[in-house]
Amino acid sequence: MAGEMKLGAYICKGCGLGERLDCAELAKVAQKEGKAQVVREHDFLCHADGLAMIGNDITAGVNQIAIAACSRRAKAEAFTFDGVCVTRANLREGVIWVHPDTDDARETTQEAAADYVRMACAEAKAMRAPAGNPNRGGSKRILVVGGGISGLTAAREVAAAGYEVLLVEKSDELGGIARHLYRRVPAKEPFTEPQETGLAELVNSVCSNPHITTLINSTIAQTSGAPGRFTVEIASTGGNNRSETVGAIIQASGFTPYNANALTEFSYGRTLDVIDQLGLEKLVAAADGAPITRPSDGKPVKRVVFVQCAGQRSADDGRLPYCSGYCCNTSIKQAMYFKDADPAIDTTIIYSDLRTPGNGEDFYRSAQRKDITFTKGKVSTVTPTAAALKVDFKDLILDQDADIEADLVVLATGQVPNSGIDIETSDEAQAAAADKSILNLTYRQGKDLPQLRYGFTDSHFICFPYETRRTGIYACGPVRRPMDMAQAMDDATGAALKAIQAVENAAAGRAAHPRAGDLSFPQYRREGCTQCKRCTVECPFGAIDEDEKRYPVFNESRCRRCGTCMGACPVRVISFENYSVDTVGAQIKAVDIPDEFSEKPRVLILACENDAYPALDMAGMNNQHYSAFARIIPVRCLGSVNTIWITDALNSGYDAVALMGCKHGIDYQCHFVKGSELATYRASKVDDTLKQMNLEPERVQLFEVAITDALRTPKLIDGLVAKVIEIGMSPLKF
Amino acid sequence: MAKLVPTNETILVAGGGISGMTAALEAAECGKHVLLIEKSPSLGGRVSQFHRYFPKLCHPTCGMEINTRRLKANKRVHILTMTEVTAVTGTAGNYTVNLLTRPRYVNENCTACGACAKAVSSEIPNAFDYNLGKIKAAYLPFVMAYPQRYVIDPSIVGTAEGEAANAACAHDAIDLDMKPESFTVNVGAIIWATGWQPFDAAKIQPYGYDRFTNVITSVEFERMMDPSGPTGGKLLRPSDGKEARNIAFIQCAGSRDRNYLKHCSRICCMATLKQSTYIAERYGDDPDAKVSIYYIDIRAIDRFEDFYQKVQADPRVTFIKSKVANITEDESSGDPVLHGVDTEGYHRYDNRHDLCILAIGMQPSVRAEEIATGMHGDANGFIETNDENGAIFAAGCAGNPLDVNRSVQNATAAALRAIQVVNRIAAAEA
Repeated sequence: MAGEMKLGAYICKGCGLGERLDCAELAKVAQKEGKAQVVREHDFLCHADGLAMIGNDITAGVNQIAIAACSRRAKAEAFTFDGVCVTRANLREGVIWVHPDTDDARETTQEAAADYVRMACAEAKAMRAPAGNPNRGGSKRILVVGGGISGLTAAREVAAAGYEVLLVEKSDELGGIARHLYRRVPAKEPFTEPQETGLAELVNSVCSNPHITTLINSTIAQTSGAPGRFTVEIASTGGNNRSETVGAIIQASGFTPYNANALTEFSYGRTLDVIDQLGLEKLVAAADGAPITRPSDGKPVKRVVFVQCAGQRSADDGRLPYCSGYCCNTSIKQAMYFKDADPAIDTTIIYSDLRTPGNGEDFYRSAQRKDITFTKGKVSTVTPTAAALKVDFKDLILDQDADIEADLVVLATGQVPNSGIDIETSDEAQAAAADKSILNLTYRQGKDLPQLRYGFTDSHFICFPYETRRTGIYACGPVRRPMDMAQAMDDATGAALKAIQAVENAAAGRAAHPRAGDLSFPQYRREGCTQCKRCTVECPFGAIDEDEKRYPVFNESRCRRCGTCMGACPVRVISFENYSVDTVGAQIKAVDIPDEFSEKPRVLILACENDAYPALDMAGMNNQHYSAFARIIPVRCLGSVNTIWITDALNSGYDAVALMGCKHGIDYQCHFVKGSELATYRASKVDDTLKQMNLEPERVQLFEVAITDALRTPKLIDGLVAKVIEIGMSPLKF
Repeated sequence: MAKLVPTNETILVAGGGISGMTAALEAAECGKHVLLIEKSPSLGGRVSQFHRYFPKLCHPTCGMEINTRRLKANKRVHILTMTEVTAVTGTAGNYTVNLLTRPRYVNENCTACGACAKAVSSEIPNAFDYNLGKIKAAYLPFVMAYPQRYVIDPSIVGTAEGEAANAACAHDAIDLDMKPESFTVNVGAIIWATGWQPFDAAKIQPYGYDRFTNVITSVEFERMMDPSGPTGGKLLRPSDGKEARNIAFIQCAGSRDRNYLKHCSRICCMATLKQSTYIAERYGDDPDAKVSIYYIDIRAIDRFEDFYQKVQADPRVTFIKSKVANITEDESSGDPVLHGVDTEGYHRYDNRHDLCILAIGMQPSVRAEEIATGMHGDANGFIETNDENGAIFAAGCAGNPLDVNRSVQNATAAALRAIQVVNRIAAAEA
């Protein structure tokens, strides 16, 4: 935004602020020290009158606004003014509600309020209203990778919303694994009988849709770009390669049935009469209504045993540690193939926990009515005998070893996701697996989506199941988590929405989740950059590539605006218009530091705005008091904390600095995935700096804080202040 | 939140729990206009009453904070709280919906300063804590409530207490003359996200929920374990306030039973495994702490298996494969005594516990057929995916018993289904 900057500071006297604080004094601080050109007090600032007053000032040229009232989390809608930067001095939740209303406390409470006014003014002056990422790209076409049930559904649903689709399938036919299914598990009342798969209708609806272009025998040879402007090189086995532009990508690469050859104890591969579930579907489809016969000798099957969790739910090497979730219902369906054809056929399902959630229970009951036998047990071996197969198992109800004879044994083996290359493995391992890549991304951080556990590309977030770490690329179906057909179709529909949302966001130049709508984007000063690559390596979303001279290339539409790059940069050349080393640095400098003999230490708290800061607000709402010597600055993510803030604070006389952020590790809670982990790493490096400054290491602390820690956060602050008093005031006050 | 004139390009989302919030936000972040209505005074639904989520044991408030921030930043979502749908007529692309807003007696001037609550002394049962505790009759439903606006309970309207609250408000935010308001809106598509309610435990007579104080439900236990809940997070049993150490969970309480709910509610196994970790966390190495889980099948599906393995490895937790026959109460101690047969080896038991938690099943808050004439639901009342339902789409537990992650996934899909309808309208009108 060009032109003159004009700061307006507004001091609210409502909610007890007027009684507890000398607001006239705060107005003077805003004017003299905050250098606000317009300063106004108001009895009730969030009221329509107060807002109109601010609106009039904006019309008269105020374009930076510091609101000294409640927390930025309160009245957020009221205090939003388009095209203008707004900062908040949290005098209510952050000052009067957390300090006692006593004569003794009045002075330090007023000092805290004055500092927050100074900070809000300084921050507003350092901010610019963002105008949105200019590097947008306008493609709204969606690429769907994989033509199985998930991919077909995604394609159909995207097209039904009025968007163009490019569907790419590796094999020579659409339908994926579902092509081999004879029937599917019921998805409708009364949930008692297997039903038609509906695949032919689905394939037809996709093939006849003018908004869907389908390429079979094709794979993705290369993907580059960003949401709104991905360039995809598509290789075809016919040699007819092409380059396409798309706006977002749905990865529906599906699963591969677990390779049962590893299950030697069950004689898979040793006799043709031990098959997996997919093998049985093929057998039943081939029989086409005739009696189902044994693969080995063509004799009709009279006794069939289903072994649940075969190679699953096992910690053993080469086995699947997870439960694939669909196999209990599938075995029930398959046992019905036999029972419905001939009730005299013995069908036994040996299971340890039968898992048929929701209306699967009706299907389970239907199976019991059809006299399918369910035995709670654990199968140890399947052995071919002269005329049959012997299944040895531990009967868990009778608590004894048992065996049963069968003509055919079906192993419920589970799903292995087709997730391409694990980008967390070594460069050599990735190179060796290069031909496995699904997307062949040209991204600095690897060719495929990051994996969570066991090869699934699932989101780590319970509340946000589609949040992959690659903006504009969404996984759905069994590549995301093990699932059945009904779930895969629903999942594909959700992924279709996310892809559409990604192209709409990219076209408008705004951020995607979790800072949805944010118009700021990272910018860097090339002349100052030392090509150290920390930003490109540390970006949790792989948004930054490198050019041939190893300078960073920011792909703004891939960026989630966490600021991790800004925190990483040792030469501080990365910034956002409304959030930068300066916007926070200016707040740190704005705080008034009393001298060494004042007995008034200053403790800086840099708090994650999503979890730690709300926890502190809640402390205020619950009137949990904490030291008036703390000064709290919310940050987008601890990952955005540049260590210069810590060293500058200590150099300018702060007595201690604390970082408050989210849990990291396997169950991390950081919404930017790596932010709190990186902050921990960086903070550990501050020790050396402290030594050089002759400061005690206790002066910098990092606390893992959850949003519910309303009782604990005040104690952490008080503990840190007590520590300062114990080790003494900083010697660096001037 | 902005003013909105609904049209047939607007999507109505009924229900402001995690599914409704998600559906509203996902649609609005695609550029659509959404009217989000919620029956209670604040958004968040049952999820906001959870202490932690399985399997990460993180706090639901964290994702809620992101969602409320998304709402605050999005002008395309218009929110009406204390509002219910009373009738739906019409067809896909053109629905007429009658809405009823109950009086909050507090207007948009409210700053949530809390002065009214300080001025009032009457208390009402705290619905947020499943009535286990009390709250002032002028209240913020919970500390993170959004919209951040107080409520005056109707019980003090027209009393001196109501006047005292009014007098204490410096912001002219209390309006004791508010009346219920009925009005009609026109929308193109409807996302039905009214969620679930716990099955009425008193109906399971053999378990004596209505007779034995120390038999409680899993949703009540969840509130007790929340440090901001009715017991301050302490595991105190209701009869005598004694710290409960020997705790029983009964799975499928109401579920998988043709007498009650015939479906499996899906979440209760994981909920119990999660809650068993609360107990383990409370008591550390205390040798007297014991958890007994009476189950039919443990349904820890997909990666949740890891969590099951973790709990199984805890020596304080015992799994007993048994459908508990009945509960009696030891009169002198108030201890619940569980009777039944451990089917693994057929051993009869009469096990005494300090506290018994019923892993209560899920049923839809509103049955499909109650929404509009001709709506198709399954036998349990969950909305079916059915073309004959027109442009009324289920999101989350209104359509299926789902965990949070699957509810959000499903709500995202529901948002697309609604968008498809309003986009067709927009294309036709363009």
